Amino acid sequence: MYKAAIIGLGKMGLSHLSIANAHPDIQLRCVCDTSRYLLDVLHKYTGVTTYSDFERMLREVELDCLFVATPSKYHANIVAAALERNLHVFCEKPLALEPQTGYRLAETAERKGLVNQVGYHFRYVAPFNEAKRLLDRKVIGDLHHVRVDAYGPVVLRRKVASWRSQQSDGGGCLFDYACHAIDLANYLVGRPVAVSGTVLNGVFSDSVDDEVYSTLQFAQGLHGQLATNWSDESVRKMSVSMSLWGTNGRINVDRQELQVYLRSPSESAEDLVPGWNTRYTTDLTPPVWFYVRGEEYSSQIDHFVQCIKTGSAATSNFRSASDAVLVASMMRKDALRQGTRIECAPVNEPPVEGKRSHDSTLEFPQLARSTPGLRTTGLTSLPERKRGFMEALFGRSKHG
Amino acid sequence: MDRVLIGDNQFFGINHMSEEKARGQAIRFRNLSAIIAVLEAAYGEGIKTFMCTTHERTAEVCAHFRANRDRYPDYKFYPCMPYAHKYANAATEHGVLGAIRSFLPAENAFGALLSGGISLARKDMEGLAALLIDAEMKVFAGLDTPVILLQNVATDFLLGLGFDEAFRIFADYVRDRYRAEPGFITMNGPRLLARLEKIGIAQPIICTNINKIGFRMCGDVSAYEAMMTHGDCRLIAMSVFASGALPAPQALEYVCRFPRIRSIVFGASSRSHIAQNRQLIEELTASGEAACIAR
Repeated sequence: MYKAAIIGLGKMGLSHLSIANAHPDIQLRCVCDTSRYLLDVLHKYTGVTTYSDFERMLREVELDCLFVATPSKYHANIVAAALERNLHVFCEKPLALEPQTGYRLAETAERKGLVNQVGYHFRYVAPFNEAKRLLDRKVIGDLHHVRVDAYGPVVLRRKVASWRSQQSDGGGCLFDYACHAIDLANYLVGRPVAVSGTVLNGVFSDSVDDEVYSTLQFAQGLHGQLATNWSDESVRKMSVSMSLWGTNGRINVDRQELQVYLRSPSESAEDLVPGWNTRYTTDLTPPVWFYVRGEEYSSQIDHFVQCIKTGSAATSNFRSASDAVLVASMMRKDALRQGTRIECAPVNEPPVEGKRSHDSTLEFPQLARSTPGLRTTGLTSLPERKRGFMEALFGRSKHG
Repeated sequence: MDRVLIGDNQFFGINHMSEEKARGQAIRFRNLSAIIAVLEAAYGEGIKTFMCTTHERTAEVCAHFRANRDRYPDYKFYPCMPYAHKYANAATEHGVLGAIRSFLPAENAFGALLSGGISLARKDMEGLAALLIDAEMKVFAGLDTPVILLQNVATDFLLGLGFDEAFRIFADYVRDRYRAEPGFITMNGPRLLARLEKIGIAQPIICTNINKIGFRMCGDVSAYEAMMTHGDCRLIAMSVFASGALPAPQALEYVCRFPRIRSIVFGASSRSHIAQNRQLIEELTASGEAACIAR
């Protein structure tokens, strides 16, 4: 039995509390939160020991592991304190608000041989894992394009006052929502080497972004696009999907369904035929020991426990989670910079370099080649423009 | 409880197998008339119980049945509460207590309690539960609701937490205030039954996934089969087709084998499907009973 505590009893913390408490190898010792009322109810009706000061809790209670589910801005300090005490740590996403902080935590945990995991639960959704298995075996050949989409109904009106509406607290769609899509893309195809054309836009929020769109450049010529919007009421809950195109076909995948189109049979997947193949979550997902809100939430906690038992590294660890923070930071930088874009000039005027267009002109943000009728901005010289489509599109090695 | 109940997932864009199908269904059932047409078709087939979540759109369905009571004099609703996404989305926005507060009536003593009061007597928990249940039940006013169920996210969350008193508070209130039988939806059937037995809720109504491929039968399929064979409970089988992964005859043959399964709930969108399923259930139930008598 591993002695555990949970810090932060919001939606995710309570969900982890329920699942962890039902795990046969976890002995839940205590919980910590700032809401006195919630703590008192939990203590009275479930008997759990409660704290409102996490440092005191760490000093007083003998623990093996800690679940951290506070608002994002507190993650790094609490995780550092837990590692200091040699605890295995499961932290909600994002691990940190700066990639360097995340990598430092990863180094510490790795050096101390402590299991470190972050709650990127899509890594535990069976169809995504099956897609990864097929991609690793190159069933659809060499990948050349990937698209990841995430939509959901989180911010649907103005004037929402919580930490999620403060960028400095880790709020906003990019760090709080798109990071799931970023992490999933990292998991399936690897981390991008550059991003460009990023748009961060508030639909209902004034101080944070509600939608994120970005173009991704990966190693070996693979490119992709990411689109996330948490102000989309048309879906019931967060909906994440990926499409991947390779030289031998295509994969579409979401949490329920995996569709594979093959041009020709693959030796690595003999059960798949040319044309479309569909597999459903009902076939791909094994039952879990205890279910609250989706197998993946239970599976990730069981995975954490199994990693402690066997001393192995978690699938979603501090390092991979820091990669997600790094990509999100690259996107934020990209969105804020005065960038490389081509702007439309009035018809019949020759292209003019280095000037901003007037408000009345149409903008084609991602056309990088000099085209009659288009103005270029941000490209300083002709040789630079001649470096070709991809380089101009993704800028210089500004974010590598 | 009737042998066959009609469910509501298909009406509200919920399909566990395909988001595309779910969207197609949401489009098809965007008008109330399309929902009513299916419920009427089911009624024509003798299916007179609608088991439905307290989704925003349930109010429209209830209003129709209230206005046309003469046409369906014996119609019953089994409300399933709360509609979890409503709370989950509100919790993201307002925090957990803020979400609860946002669903309470504007004027009540508990808003202040949640803001910082520390009254934890059972009567306060009861009072809070009563307000939340009443808020969910408002749309069913004047309709027959003989069974009221706690949704699986709520049941399973409380089960994991070990908050057993909540089950008793729910059961007591539903019995006292609505003269209804309490029911519990769960993805952890055997574990829940053991817990309810422990706290003295006898012969509980448990609605849980039961299908031949073991989809979302969490814990252990053999524990499920023991519960379905001789557990001291009344079961409603849901997800019997495993979201379409199983053909109807095979799926229904499995669930009709087990004596503790009192009712089967399924969502269907056409009269022919409803008729086919109902007929299969009747035949399989009759042959199962005959086999029991013969033994």
